[in-house]
Amino acid sequence: MSSSSAKLPGKPAAKTIGLHVGTIRPGVPKVDPIITMDNVSRKFGGLVAVDVEHLEIPRGAITALIGPNGAGKTTLFNLLTGFDKPDTGTWNFAGKSLAGIPAFKVAQMGQVRTFQLTKALSLLTVLQNMKLGAKDQRGEKLMFSIFPFLWKAKEQEIEEKALELLKRFKLDTKKDDFAASLSGGQRKLLEMARALMTDPVLVMLDEPMAGVNPALTQSLLEHVLNLKKEGMTVLFVEHDMHMVRHIADWVVVMAEGRVVAEGPADEVMKNPAVIDAYLGSHQDTDLGTVTGRITLPPKGKK
Amino acid sequence: MDWSAILSNTAQGLLSPATMAFALAALGLAMHFGFAGLLNFGIAGFMAIGAYGYAISILTFGFEWWQGILVSLVASVLFSLLLGIPTLRLRGDYLAIVTIAAAEILRLLFLTNAFVDVTGSADGLSGYHNSFRAANPFPEGDYGFGPWTYNNIEVWVLILGLITLAICAFLLLLLMKSPWGRVIKGIREDEDAVRALGKNVFAYKMQALIIGGVFGSLGGIVYALPSAVNPGVYVTSLTFFVWTALLLGGAATVFGPVLGAVIFWVLQAFLSNVLPQLVSSGILPFISSIQASTIRFILVGVGLMLLVIYRPQGILGDKKELTFVK
Repeated sequence: MSSSSAKLPGKPAAKTIGLHVGTIRPGVPKVDPIITMDNVSRKFGGLVAVDVEHLEIPRGAITALIGPNGAGKTTLFNLLTGFDKPDTGTWNFAGKSLAGIPAFKVAQMGQVRTFQLTKALSLLTVLQNMKLGAKDQRGEKLMFSIFPFLWKAKEQEIEEKALELLKRFKLDTKKDDFAASLSGGQRKLLEMARALMTDPVLVMLDEPMAGVNPALTQSLLEHVLNLKKEGMTVLFVEHDMHMVRHIADWVVVMAEGRVVAEGPADEVMKNPAVIDAYLGSHQDTDLGTVTGRITLPPKGKK
Repeated sequence: MDWSAILSNTAQGLLSPATMAFALAALGLAMHFGFAGLLNFGIAGFMAIGAYGYAISILTFGFEWWQGILVSLVASVLFSLLLGIPTLRLRGDYLAIVTIAAAEILRLLFLTNAFVDVTGSADGLSGYHNSFRAANPFPEGDYGFGPWTYNNIEVWVLILGLITLAICAFLLLLLMKSPWGRVIKGIREDEDAVRALGKNVFAYKMQALIIGGVFGSLGGIVYALPSAVNPGVYVTSLTFFVWTALLLGGAATVFGPVLGAVIFWVLQAFLSNVLPQLVSSGILPFISSIQASTIRFILVGVGLMLLVIYRPQGILGDKKELTFVK
């Protein structure tokens, strides 16, 4: 698919298995779900963007959400994080209903997200970006903020944590630069590192690979795998099938707002409904053959 | 050309109640726009609340001068809440439209004949100085030197204005160096990102609106302290003059607005003195001396345009920031 995949090591990382109960089908119950939703729907005018009957996201695993453009993946993300409200349905996170909970409270519950179009805070330095992520800062309260002695200790603590994370993401040399001066890929890294400052339980990444150059892909993948190692749950939207195959323990496929299939990565990819809906019937065909503008030698033809 | 008069009048612009009023209002705008990214085009409304709140509570309700100031501050907090609750969920430009309209509504309410007993309608309000002047600790006489010679009442106004300005600037400095300030700047850059990190963006924006509004109304009070309250002052062009002062000094700085206000008034004083003299001495042809003194307002407009195009970060703004202005 993309050239980035060429750099991936041949052996896929160890997958978490045994996540579901009963036969695999769309909406299958999970052993230990962190998110469950029922009858969640969202319409934009006449368009049904999301209409999910039942879906559970397994805890402590990496779940990929895939689907063609306009399948409702980002809308589902927005609904889950409180950035948008569904028209119907119930959904809860770690046993707590999220109905009517504003986005910032959802984040405080330990569910942090990144955005498809990276939102680095451009005119803040990289370090300030990081510090902003930390939770429970007394100095962020108006009344306390004008008395530095009340928050200096916490600030020190946050700074150490931020520097450590920056080192892990190889951004430590950039800490005093404006975030605007970072490259697109570095901003993705910064956004992910900043999200980790909140000590999340569930990390939701909206297209973490979009616009990232091949050299960075490898380290981004490592970082995502590390999140799982540290006990976090990851849910991500991605178009890069190789990344999905490589790191996802569970794959949920959406098309036209509905969940059309789910299951472990390898099995889902074989599902004819998925190939039809998402990969298209030309997935292994050279683009030249599809468009008919380049004549190819007949050997690879399907 | 009477250069000594021109220079002396210009020097007075350096330290006048109007300069300090502008500096305070510009500090409020720095909080709103420079740090929190709230496009407030209604700062004249906040200043009007300060001035009218002060004068009305003294004249109509017989309050002491300091009680009048407190009433003004409470009124400006209420106005911020009233303005903020429906509008802070809006995106930047919509807030700008609403604030400009709100300031106009306020001005017209103060101007209408319906409340002439309280607001003085088009005549405005005056004669509310007794309590303030009685509290003057300075004995009668002249203070200062050269162009900066003031009588005891003027000194009292200036000292109070300077103290207010110093407190507000110091407070803003503390706030913006704190984690609270970091959240506010984050909201300026992208409020959704800040929301995703678990911060109550609406509450922060409301706090910023209130703090800036209080600074603006303090500016209005300082403007009204020495003389009178005139509804013709609190027009939309006042808003844009304050914006000019802010952008001149640097929107995202604490001392920029103060410096901008000083430069603005020194230039105003200089131009309003030098232009008519240029006409009367025949250097500037084609126009009368009355027209000449209004040319300065055209120059303010041109200056504002040049500033925004060529130095959007202002005099004290961070040079690096300019590289990234969208």
